[in-house]
Amino acid sequence: MAHAYTPGLKVTEGAILRRRRVLPIAGEVLVEAGARVGARDVVAETFMPGDVTPVNLANLLALPPADVPACMLKQEGDWVEAGEILAQTKGFWGFFKSEATAKVSGRLEAVSSVTGQVMLRGNPLPVRVLAFIPGNIIEVIPGEGCVVETEAVFVQGIFGIGGEAFGPICMACSSPDQTLEAEAITPEMRGAVVVGGGRMTLAAIRAAKEVGVSALISGGIDDLDLQGFLGYDLGVAITGSERMGLTLVITEGFGDIAMAKRTFALLGKYAGREASVTGATQIRAGVMRPEIVIAMDPDVERSVPETARQDGLLEIDTTVRMIRDPYFGQIGKVHALPAEPTVLASGSKARVVEVVLETGETVTVPRANIELIEE
Amino acid sequence: MDLDKINVILATDCGSTTTKAILIEKVDGQFRQTYRGEAPTTVEEPFADVTIGVVNAVTEIGELAGRRLVDEQGRIIRPASDGEGCDIYISTSSAGGGLQMMVAGVIKQMTAESAKRAALGAGAIVMDVIAANDPRKPHQQIQRIRELRPDMILVSGGVDGGTTTHVVQIAELIAPAKPRPRFGNEYKMPVIYAGNRDARPLIEKTFDESVDLKIVDNLRPVLEQENLGPARDMIHDVFLEHVMAHAPGYDKLITWTDAPIMPTPGAVGNILQAIADRDGINAVGVDIGGATTDVFSVFNGTFNRTVSANLGMSYSISNVCAEATMERVLKWVHLPMEDRELRNRVKNKMIRPTTIPQSLEALVFEQAVAREALRLAYKQHKEFATTLKGVQQQRTVGDTFSQRMSGLTIVDNMAMDLLVASGGVLSHAPRMAQTVAMLMDAFEPEGVTYLAKDSIFMMPHLGVLAQVHPDAAMEVFERDCLIYLGTCVAAKGVSKPGKPCFKYRLHGSGLDEAGEIRFGELKLIPFGPGQEAELELEPARGFDLGAGSGKRVQSKARGGTVGIVLDGRGRPLVLPEDPAQCRTLMGDWVKVLGLYADSDQ
Repeated sequence: MAHAYTPGLKVTEGAILRRRRVLPIAGEVLVEAGARVGARDVVAETFMPGDVTPVNLANLLALPPADVPACMLKQEGDWVEAGEILAQTKGFWGFFKSEATAKVSGRLEAVSSVTGQVMLRGNPLPVRVLAFIPGNIIEVIPGEGCVVETEAVFVQGIFGIGGEAFGPICMACSSPDQTLEAEAITPEMRGAVVVGGGRMTLAAIRAAKEVGVSALISGGIDDLDLQGFLGYDLGVAITGSERMGLTLVITEGFGDIAMAKRTFALLGKYAGREASVTGATQIRAGVMRPEIVIAMDPDVERSVPETARQDGLLEIDTTVRMIRDPYFGQIGKVHALPAEPTVLASGSKARVVEVVLETGETVTVPRANIELIEE
Repeated sequence: MDLDKINVILATDCGSTTTKAILIEKVDGQFRQTYRGEAPTTVEEPFADVTIGVVNAVTEIGELAGRRLVDEQGRIIRPASDGEGCDIYISTSSAGGGLQMMVAGVIKQMTAESAKRAALGAGAIVMDVIAANDPRKPHQQIQRIRELRPDMILVSGGVDGGTTTHVVQIAELIAPAKPRPRFGNEYKMPVIYAGNRDARPLIEKTFDESVDLKIVDNLRPVLEQENLGPARDMIHDVFLEHVMAHAPGYDKLITWTDAPIMPTPGAVGNILQAIADRDGINAVGVDIGGATTDVFSVFNGTFNRTVSANLGMSYSISNVCAEATMERVLKWVHLPMEDRELRNRVKNKMIRPTTIPQSLEALVFEQAVAREALRLAYKQHKEFATTLKGVQQQRTVGDTFSQRMSGLTIVDNMAMDLLVASGGVLSHAPRMAQTVAMLMDAFEPEGVTYLAKDSIFMMPHLGVLAQVHPDAAMEVFERDCLIYLGTCVAAKGVSKPGKPCFKYRLHGSGLDEAGEIRFGELKLIPFGPGQEAELELEPARGFDLGAGSGKRVQSKARGGTVGIVLDGRGRPLVLPEDPAQCRTLMGDWVKVLGLYADSDQ
């Protein structure tokens, strides 16, 4: 077999990006097809039914549940303010009445004569979806959202923390292998998407959070530093909902690892430009990786077209990166693709690839342990 | 269907990433698994049609077997004629993350637990359990129901004729939450009610038309009895009608199969139960995957299944290390390793889950993590597989000092006859002795236990086949599915290292060996597949091999690809606290079992 499929992460200067921006439940779409939107514009909005608070009136009034409906001062559909009396017992000759008040405000939705419970539903909760990337609305999905399209520089990270963030690109390191230390974070970086080089230290993350950096991007991170930042050990790579006040994107992996030269150069080229970043990662079926998007201004510039090479094909001379020890993080070129499975040092048999590393050394690694990188 | 006329059977298992197909043919009057093929599952875009993956996998088999199985229209050819087609086609599925359910009951330890058992037994992943005695506040429970997007909800509660209030209360929590199903915005959330029959009209009143309510017999009609069958059957029906029908291409696949498509773990449970019933044995099966670990057990005819959702070898590897602690994982390692480096490696495996260990060190570490994942999953299984809770015990004067309560685990390692392993890290271990070591260290079988592995993860296929053609399923299970690794003989009890543990004598099939195992000692006797030997065991005082402390045991040892392992390390298996001492001890065990290349003489 001449080719093998090994997906790599996307790092490209010329991408036509389409992003489907939809509400979790049906709602109103606020944009029309053909409209131009900014990254922070709201494109769709809806209101989720408010939170429900059950109140057990039978217990509160010491009544059999079947007697509760007769004691209600409020009817189904009424709005009740916190502190208002919901129900009152008839008492004894008009005396010794017991009352139950609402602890929260809400609309009285149901009164149960079986359990003696009533349900109070709070105000509807607004849910808004932003465009995330500046561009054109190419499709409106009625009641759900829209599809935004833009020409952009597009960089996929391998892992991230935190949700969507925006800001101008700001370079904090001078080379892709330079460790991102706290000293490199300055007050001017407030609201910026800060790009480091190699590993980001915990001190740098904390400094960035203190300064008010919007997102921090670098090649690697130590697991213990991530744990220090999150306050817990991450069990599974499903992220994006953290509320840490800072979005993190790791482009290569865990440990001391330099950012790929091409990624570093590309982000450096667009320093000062507005970027949209998301740390949301989901490594399961339907994989989701963090993204950095720098949209082109369609009136002024055009993105650099992608090279003609077919995506995902492993061929002789393709540049690859080792993604597992003992060569983790090293980059090289494919030298040979033996067809027959080979016995590894671990004793397992697997299909392998021979790679010439940047040091000149030729190594044999399982095909599962490399990924393609674009130069 | 005339079973005598069935000669060629085709079965597929549509997993999340791979669709695996096997061909079973009658060879010299016996059913054998002859060819296998696989192809990527095509549930997601750009294909979004599961049948494409099925046809690809079946075409591969066809090419290998020299048998045309798919016609020009891309359909499976039936019935079989000379060199063409098959007589039955069946399938299981766990694509799209499998069947995901939420269950609810009145008391967490009673009806809610029975509901959970029904859901797990049907092959579902239980996302959450809602109960009236939940420590969460009602509004928090409602919030949780709103956040989850299960495929269906199972509601139980109350015994027949008992109070209806509490189960209605549970329904009142679910109804206003208006839960939305995971797939398809247009279809209604299926809610299966399997609680107190007297509450049925009230339940019907509580739920509005936004849910699709199905009512079946109470799964706990009286406290002392579970009746999980009707609820399980309804789960399977709803799975087919709603969940499967909304997954891309399944509407077509359903029309192709000769038996209802089953959730993969449900099928595995089926075959294990069938085998245990037929042979009258107690069996435990485990399937360790990248994200989850499933444990199945049949003890005295009672089947249980648990899914440990975040214990796995790639997606969830970091969670295993977090739950077990790195210190505990490293106890199973005989090579020096650096903590910081390992932590980063674990996370790198989590974010790039398809990589495989290249160096010996990486393999040793992964197998250490596997031991902990299996140990934790089995612990959860033991805690779940219990006698019914909340049942009053009739006690006599003789029971005064016995503290037996309801809700005790029914998993008994001494009574376990067969332990079956499947899943990448166990099935694809470079040496089968490694699989044996992982099973023994994680499960700690006691007495005499046969160890086996599922050769090519065929159990799901055979589980469905067992429903259509039980004899064929059994024949293939015995001959081609299981690879016997050997027999583990382990004494229960602890002592001081070097003290006598048990004496043994093995004779038969050309083997005649006797000796003594001392506490802490491990011994491997090679004994090939298909061989059987008489086993006489005499435990020392304080040790039990199945007949009680110090009592002689007569049994049979079965050969396998590894052989007979005599384990005097004691049960429970206690590892030294001191890391250096632990590493030395591990090194000794590695050498005895010949686990890795560095231990070869």
